[in-house]
Amino acid sequence: MSDGASAMTDQPGTVADGAVPGIDPPATPGPPLISARRLRKDYGGETVLDVDELDLLPGELLAVLGPNGSGKSTLLRLLAMLEKPTAGEVAFAGESGSRAENRIRAASSAVFQKPHFWRESVRFNVGLGLKLRGIERLEIDARVNEICEGLGITPVLDSPITSLSGGQAQRVALARALVVDPEVLFLDEPTANLDSEARIDLRTDLENIVRRRTTSVLLITHDRNEAFHLADRIAVLRRGRLVQVGSPADLYEDPADPYVARMTGAELTIRGIVTAADGRKLTVDAGGVSLVAVGRVAVGTSVKVAYRPEDLVLAPAHDSREESSVRNVLRSTIHERRDMGGLVRLRLAGPPELLALVTRDAADELALDPGTRVTVRVKATALHAYPASDPANPATPSRSDTPTPTTTREREPE
Amino acid sequence: MDPLFQALELIASGDLYVWNVIIRSLQISGLALVLALVLGLPIGVGVGFSHFRTRGSIVAVINTGLALPPVVVGLAVYLLFSRSGPLGSFDALYTPAAMIIAQAVIAGPYIAAVSLAAAETVPTDVRLQARALGASSLQATLLQLREIRSSVIAAIAAGFGAIISEVGAVMIVGGNILGETRVMTTAIVTETRRGNFDVAIAMGVVLMGVALYVNILLLLLGRRGARRLFPA
Repeated sequence: MSDGASAMTDQPGTVADGAVPGIDPPATPGPPLISARRLRKDYGGETVLDVDELDLLPGELLAVLGPNGSGKSTLLRLLAMLEKPTAGEVAFAGESGSRAENRIRAASSAVFQKPHFWRESVRFNVGLGLKLRGIERLEIDARVNEICEGLGITPVLDSPITSLSGGQAQRVALARALVVDPEVLFLDEPTANLDSEARIDLRTDLENIVRRRTTSVLLITHDRNEAFHLADRIAVLRRGRLVQVGSPADLYEDPADPYVARMTGAELTIRGIVTAADGRKLTVDAGGVSLVAVGRVAVGTSVKVAYRPEDLVLAPAHDSREESSVRNVLRSTIHERRDMGGLVRLRLAGPPELLALVTRDAADELALDPGTRVTVRVKATALHAYPASDPANPATPSRSDTPTPTTTREREPE
Repeated sequence: MDPLFQALELIASGDLYVWNVIIRSLQISGLALVLALVLGLPIGVGVGFSHFRTRGSIVAVINTGLALPPVVVGLAVYLLFSRSGPLGSFDALYTPAAMIIAQAVIAGPYIAAVSLAAAETVPTDVRLQARALGASSLQATLLQLREIRSSVIAAIAAGFGAIISEVGAVMIVGGNILGETRVMTTAIVTETRRGNFDVAIAMGVVLMGVALYVNILLLLLGRRGARRLFPA
């Protein structure tokens, strides 16, 4: 790092397109395995879920991402045909009704946030799905042994289920779901109740085991890191409605609204008015500073501009190089510096007020301390403008939900 | 202590009268228990596991059944099977069949109410989890029942206790006919009136022993039965 600093994070989108080493890519999509149309669920006269269309493709891992109470688990129960919708239809492999229900029972299994275990041994609980399918005892034993070995729970195989820790119990639940070799696996926040260490372990197991199979997976989660790390596609659900469905890269590069933008770690500190529009390219006046951003907003509209702090490239104030690829060059002063382990979060005085994320090494090398004048460069495509008062998008995720960068590397100046 | 010693001697010596009454009691109460179980358990767990609009009224009716006085049940069954009653053509009055029906009516609400209360405690997640693992509707119900097996056993024991010790209803509909409808409780009443305290006490001792034995048997059967249903 010589004259610019930015943090390349292990963020959503960075793993979206490339396969994780050693893990087979998902199977080629065919006709949907599960398809939901005009799905609605009411409880006590109140609509808690209203999804026009959603498909789970063969071999894909579809994550349904949303905050608590957004209807994620209800959606899972409807798609798994464990509950009947108030209106609409769910089809499995092209079939619907009781025939589809019987087929999906035999072809699927699930892991819930708080799985229920029968008060017997681990072996009994893991083998239960096979027993229900009428598999012979010898084969049950062989398959239970194999799956438990893979998940590292062989030592507790004959222990009472009540003696397990939270992490072990969730592993048993995962083994119980996988041992039946399901065509579709439903995961309802399987890591939500675990401590951070157990969560990381189980997530690694999920990644290693689930994606090596041809199984289709519907993963319900409120943890966007989990969704972006594991999913082939993500469906963002808010207040019972789908906001955006797409690959992690789609969501990362072109979030449909400020809510999805914040899901991908974007900040919304820039406010302004659109002064010119050329297709998707917009010129935004942000408190006297002209910015080039992208969006679908008419001239004269008040906008919020979303950006990811790690997309800002900081350089000393005297740096005056011009690069054709960078559409926005701003002068600013560091107002606040907050160290976060290997990363440093910087608040830059406005207008417009900005948040930047750089590596600690870069911040130290460039002496990025409060009062330091800096040049900020950011690509137009990294700034997404949305109408400031969009009634369809009143809510934004809380700051605490923002994904935490886990790895960093210096980025070459653009 | 003399009558008690004589009672034990009667039992040990295989007294025909005493053993005839004991066996007849077990036959009648055993069949009544099976009938009550067949009717009471599905009603109890069915209502306990489900949610519907008139559920509260049905629960109230079942719980009221617990307070049914056996003599009133006996009277109702008597009127049903009396010559002028709606079921008089069956000619069942003063037969073991009428006694079985009366005892089943007494035990049924016990089994239904206790199993209903137990079923209500089973979280809905249990069925959801069972179905999610591939269970059919019947398999899911059996897995739910597995969670309350000790309560179901307690319900059966409570039902058996209610009928093996009951005297009013069986006296009315059975008539206490020697060798036909005389059971331990009616025999105790008869022999006490006659002053045959040794026989009455013998019956009492057997009655208490049977109650204890049946409870232990039910407990063991319950454990083994549950394992057989879904062997570990």
